[in-house]
Amino acid sequence: MRAQFVLSEIGVGLRRNLTMTFAVVVSVALSLALFGGALLMREQVSTMKDYWYDKVNVSIFLCSKSDVTSTPKCARGAVTKEQRDQIERDLNNLDVVDTVTHETADEAFNHYQDQFGDSPMASNITPDQMQESFRVKLHDPKKYKVVATAFAGRDGVQSVQDQRSILDNLFGLMNGMNVAAIFVMALMLVIALMLIVNTVRVSAFSRRRETGIMRLVGASGFYIQMPFIMEAAFAGLIGGVLACVMLLAGRYFLIDGGLALQSKLNLIDFIGWDAVFTKLPLVLAIGLLMPAVAALFALRKYLKV
Amino acid sequence: MIRFDNVSKTYPKQSRPALRDVSLDIEKGEFVFLVGSSGSGKSTFMRLILREERASQGAVHVLGKDLARLSNWKVPHMRRQLGTVFQDFRLLPNKTVAENVAFAQEVIGKPRGEIRKAVPQVLDLVGLGGKEDRMPGELSGGEQQRVAIARAFVNRPMLLIADEPTGNLDPQTSVGIMKLLDRINRTGTTVIMATHDQNIVDQMRKRVIELEQGRLVRDQARGVYGYQH
Repeated sequence: MRAQFVLSEIGVGLRRNLTMTFAVVVSVALSLALFGGALLMREQVSTMKDYWYDKVNVSIFLCSKSDVTSTPKCARGAVTKEQRDQIERDLNNLDVVDTVTHETADEAFNHYQDQFGDSPMASNITPDQMQESFRVKLHDPKKYKVVATAFAGRDGVQSVQDQRSILDNLFGLMNGMNVAAIFVMALMLVIALMLIVNTVRVSAFSRRRETGIMRLVGASGFYIQMPFIMEAAFAGLIGGVLACVMLLAGRYFLIDGGLALQSKLNLIDFIGWDAVFTKLPLVLAIGLLMPAVAALFALRKYLKV
Repeated sequence: MIRFDNVSKTYPKQSRPALRDVSLDIEKGEFVFLVGSSGSGKSTFMRLILREERASQGAVHVLGKDLARLSNWKVPHMRRQLGTVFQDFRLLPNKTVAENVAFAQEVIGKPRGEIRKAVPQVLDLVGLGGKEDRMPGELSGGEQQRVAIARAFVNRPMLLIADEPTGNLDPQTSVGIMKLLDRINRTGTTVIMATHDQNIVDQMRKRVIELEQGRLVRDQARGVYGYQH
């Protein structure tokens, strides 16, 4: 089989069908960009989970003097030294607990000043408004319930807070967006497939003279079908390349330039370029293979051999 | 070369069969005219040989192979040993004469050196030497049919099937085409030609097979177009 002959046939076919080719390229590009975006979003969520779950603690807030009137649980008075020592001993005896740090109200105040020192709120806060707490790090952050049940009802404990639950709301939102992206992707994929099938049908019809002659002189089925399949694959590959460009541009726009989330949200650990690059071969491969397979099935119906 | 054993063909959704119980043999090197009015089954007969259709009953053997047992992917290889010529020439209008002929070799993967040698040779044979670079639209009907014959013959088939090759041509041009087909036949290629052209059949005095409403009604060596009572 001669490459030059086949390639020239593909070029002719694509040009003849320019509008349909364009539609295929755009729909493949969009669906693959969404697909890649969903993959990256998932990776972003998992990166953030790793990063944050490692940092989050279970906080056991102790009753301060000001809580006695405001919080029913602290009605029996501020935490005593015995209560505090007992809590610390019990925490250290729990298997699930990794480390325990005690943070006094003054230390909490200092941390707060460090983090939010230049905001107007900070100047109104006084040390006695801050809470004394135990910061408990668990071997497995998911075992939060053990700590919560053990300490929530105790005298001197104002509340037990799992910082993970705050993050889970955020992750839930991101996962929701992910599902939405996959849904849109599936829809675009169906559109892309239907366009490919239709393009192949039009293409096969407009070249029925050539294919008829090919059949008569004994060209093999594969030989007759290959230009059509290559056409679809070529258009798909262009779509895949566009999708890759969109993903790279998207990462740049969101994280580095444009929205510049990296500098605005410096607490979040964003995925790197390498994460994007590792997705590109997959996107390209799907862009190449999916239209080729769709074309193959379309040809079975529209191109009798 | 070709054997039909009690072959019948009924197309889907049609009650009347296009061919009924046809049995015949065509030997290597024969020249056979296939005659009969429109709808008599000539085209079906040809399509069965090309295996564009399969027989409903009976067996069709072409080049020693039972076509019913030939798997689909082997059909192209079988067709490479057959050449086909049609009334409407079926040339590619955007390719030159030489490219049209070369197309038949390109699509079966012949090496380029071989194509470069074979194409001028076969164009000389059909009397189109020097017209390699003309487009089909610039040629007369007779010349276009010569291109089609060159394309059918360039792969040196064992069997040439011509479906009314002179149907669109004037009598004088037709004679030229018939001389060409006769010359091809003399190289040992079996020729089967469906035709309505009484003069040609009467002049050539070859074997004549007549179909009528799908039945084989006459098989006559050195025959003529109609019965001579």
